Amino acid sequence: MLRKLSVIAAAAGLLVVGAAGPALANGGALKAKEVHWSFEGPFGKFDQAQLQRGFKVYREVCSACHSLKLVSFRNLGDKGGPFYNEKYQNPNDNPWVKAIAKDYEVNDIDGETGDAIKRPATSADHFPSPFANEAAARASNGGALPPDMSLLAKAREEGPDHIYSVVTGYVDAPKGLTVPTGGHYNPYFPGDLTSAWHGDHKHTPPGGFIAMAPPLKAGLVTFDDGTKSTLDQQGKDVAAFLMWAAEPKLEERKQTGFAVLIYLVLLSGLLYASYKTVWKNESH
Amino acid sequence: MADTAVGATTEPEHGSDPSRRDFIHIAAIAAAAGGAATLVWPFIDQMNPSADTRALASTEFDLTKVAEGQQVTIKWRGKPLFVRNRTKAEIAKAVADDSASMKDPATDASRVKPGKANWLIVGGNCTHLGCVPTFGGGEYGGWFCPCHGSVYDTSGRIRKGPAPLNLVVPEYAFLTDTKVKIG
Amino acid sequence: MSGHSTYQPKTGIERWLDARLPIVRLGYDSFVDYPTPRNLNYWWTFGGILSLCLASQLITGIILVMHYNPSAQGAFASVEHIMRDVNYGWLIRYMHANGASMFFIAVYIHMLRGLYYGSYKAPREVLWLLGCVIYLLMMATAFMGYVLPWGQMSFHGAVVITNLFGALPLVGESITTWLWGGFAVDNPTLNRFFSLHYLLPFMIAGVVILHIWALHVVGQNNPTGVDPKSKADTVPFTPYATVKDGFAMSVFLILFAFFVFYMPNALGHADNYVEANPLVTPSHIVPEWYFLPFYAILRAVPDKLMGVLAMFGAIACLFALPWLDTSKVRSMRYRPTAKIYFVFFLVACIVLGFCGAKLPDDPVIPHLTTFQLGGSDLNSFVWLSRVASLYYFAFFLVVLPVLGLVEKTLPVPDSIASPALSADAHKG
Repeated sequence: MLRKLSVIAAAAGLLVVGAAGPALANGGALKAKEVHWSFEGPFGKFDQAQLQRGFKVYREVCSACHSLKLVSFRNLGDKGGPFYNEKYQNPNDNPWVKAIAKDYEVNDIDGETGDAIKRPATSADHFPSPFANEAAARASNGGALPPDMSLLAKAREEGPDHIYSVVTGYVDAPKGLTVPTGGHYNPYFPGDLTSAWHGDHKHTPPGGFIAMAPPLKAGLVTFDDGTKSTLDQQGKDVAAFLMWAAEPKLEERKQTGFAVLIYLVLLSGLLYASYKTVWKNESH
Repeated sequence: MADTAVGATTEPEHGSDPSRRDFIHIAAIAAAAGGAATLVWPFIDQMNPSADTRALASTEFDLTKVAEGQQVTIKWRGKPLFVRNRTKAEIAKAVADDSASMKDPATDASRVKPGKANWLIVGGNCTHLGCVPTFGGGEYGGWFCPCHGSVYDTSGRIRKGPAPLNLVVPEYAFLTDTKVKIG
Repeated sequence: MSGHSTYQPKTGIERWLDARLPIVRLGYDSFVDYPTPRNLNYWWTFGGILSLCLASQLITGIILVMHYNPSAQGAFASVEHIMRDVNYGWLIRYMHANGASMFFIAVYIHMLRGLYYGSYKAPREVLWLLGCVIYLLMMATAFMGYVLPWGQMSFHGAVVITNLFGALPLVGESITTWLWGGFAVDNPTLNRFFSLHYLLPFMIAGVVILHIWALHVVGQNNPTGVDPKSKADTVPFTPYATVKDGFAMSVFLILFAFFVFYMPNALGHADNYVEANPLVTPSHIVPEWYFLPFYAILRAVPDKLMGVLAMFGAIACLFALPWLDTSKVRSMRYRPTAKIYFVFFLVACIVLGFCGAKLPDDPVIPHLTTFQLGGSDLNSFVWLSRVASLYYFAFFLVVLPVLGLVEKTLPVPDSIASPALSADAHKG
């Protein structure tokens, strides 16, 4: 009887765990398109060419409005990063990193006069933000705040899939939906469209209004490695780059994890053998 | 941690094959101890300088800011660094003393870059216990440390007092005639 | 428990120390020679696993403090500094964050084991009470720790939980203001939570020592619930229990490592990777999974004050448990009816946890409309959590007190070692 009930309880528990996930997903938005990423799975690694393309998309498109303030230029040359090169174990010596940093200007204070100045960035600097502060960012974007992108891929329930789906998922607003000024309909962006919908109340369209106009389009960025610059490609690449920006230690983590799990399984085996030996002559 | 299992299996036990039995216990203990020891490394290494600190380990300095006979103190790796534009007289005095008896013998030429004898770049911490010496004190025309009375000459060499070593010359290179990269 | 000590100092130094501070004797009597019931199953290994969790949390926590900056301005950035720049910082932080969840998994199993085998009954009431105190301290520590990264969930979680105290009549508002050190959750709140988050784990460690002391006075319970009667019923703690605990710990570490290395953010919330912003609340605010059942009880009651009281009452039931259960038989192994109620209790707890993660007014079965009851659809999570909460309280306040008086129990064995059954099969 107990055994049967336990099985029922366990099954109920599993159901609960399984069902709890989607419940937390974005209210009213379509489920993100699933992408097969190179960094998924226990041996997942970032695709360096993809990170370089994604960085180019970020640099030429996103960075006009979105900051990346937790990432430093030197991170680009870290192991697993877009510009890592075995020859330059110290990312501060990496010539690609230095060249990229030099193209940016950061705020500083002149050591002699004390004046606020701009100087070319060094590899130790963080990516400068496009706006001085939140108010300035809102003022330039019709009241909306472009979120910082450093952690975006971890700050959304569906991660890089969500980013990819939003940037590639813009469609024309369905008839009967009043799109507010400065808003853009996107079925993957969370929101509540009930008040803007004038059609059948049982079938409110999925998604929400996003202040960002469709940022990417085919051919907008020219990829240096000759990859065809489609909207889909740009979306995937920038999402992968943002995943790297959010979790730069992902490769190191997964590799360490594999070694740790092997060790623990072996240790458990040894301890089990030891346990069996100790208890061999004891009834229990 | 994993080493809690250590000592678990040392008690001899009335079993059949003593050597095989002991081997299993020893292997289990060794594996647990090895794992625990490996885990300790991240806990120790986290106290070493972090990546952002290491990234700031080198700095560039514009020498045009220092007039002859002047000294600028910059902060490098959290510590003072003296960048001194020496006068001809100071250099001559330092070179003249090259053969004098010293605690930490070094020629003046070995403490500057070739052809740049006027630029003396030394760490600004007394090699005794780390106080910051002041320039112009002591009888050798160089630095004097107020803490315990160490006296350095115009080449930053220790001449008198408890300090054991000369002021440290950091690793640096001239990028141009007026710009050095330190570190 | 062991009565007299069997420790024999072997060397001169040991004898010298033993005469002045018998600490080796204490360790020997507690962890080597200590008689352990020979029939303990794997559910009894969770005590050792919990000490491992506490040690891991203490060590990783002390390390994180070396790099963390407890200010509203710098907290979020310093956590990211740990994740990105500190050597192995990502590992240590993920161990600490997931370690909290592991700690609660282990403590819930430990508590349910105690509940099932009647480990709270005489003479183990104080042992159980100390355990409840540890659990309470753990909840406070976990809550305050979750505030420290100063993300959106940290901040708004702190707002919601501190506002619970606002439900108290008359003093509520003064208490919340006092807790905040201002008129809202802000820098002073973060600083005091940090201070207490550092203090409480050491208090936990202190109470754990009392818990173990109490355990060693009354002795361990065992699956039969029958006290050991002779030496045949027990084995020495070392090596028998130590090797079994060690094996169980190692298996538990596999689960722990799996979360740390392969799904380190699965038990957290994405919103906590957004820096705290007092002007915007995340669209769906839920506590960490280990608080969900209590959160569901809180929301099941429509009145604010009554909801808070119900939530604290749910914890108070645990404290009162030794005096609520009237059965003379300890282990539910010999209480077939109680066993069934126990399984339903387990289901109720899981259902409550499930409801806590859901929006209260969402339907349990989608696309099915029933009828309105008490202002909400009967087919809603708020009603499901009401049913489950009711069972939760009924289990403690009705089932355990009444069942002990009326149930028919199975024959209890005379001793652990002998299969012979007690003549008095209908105890209690």
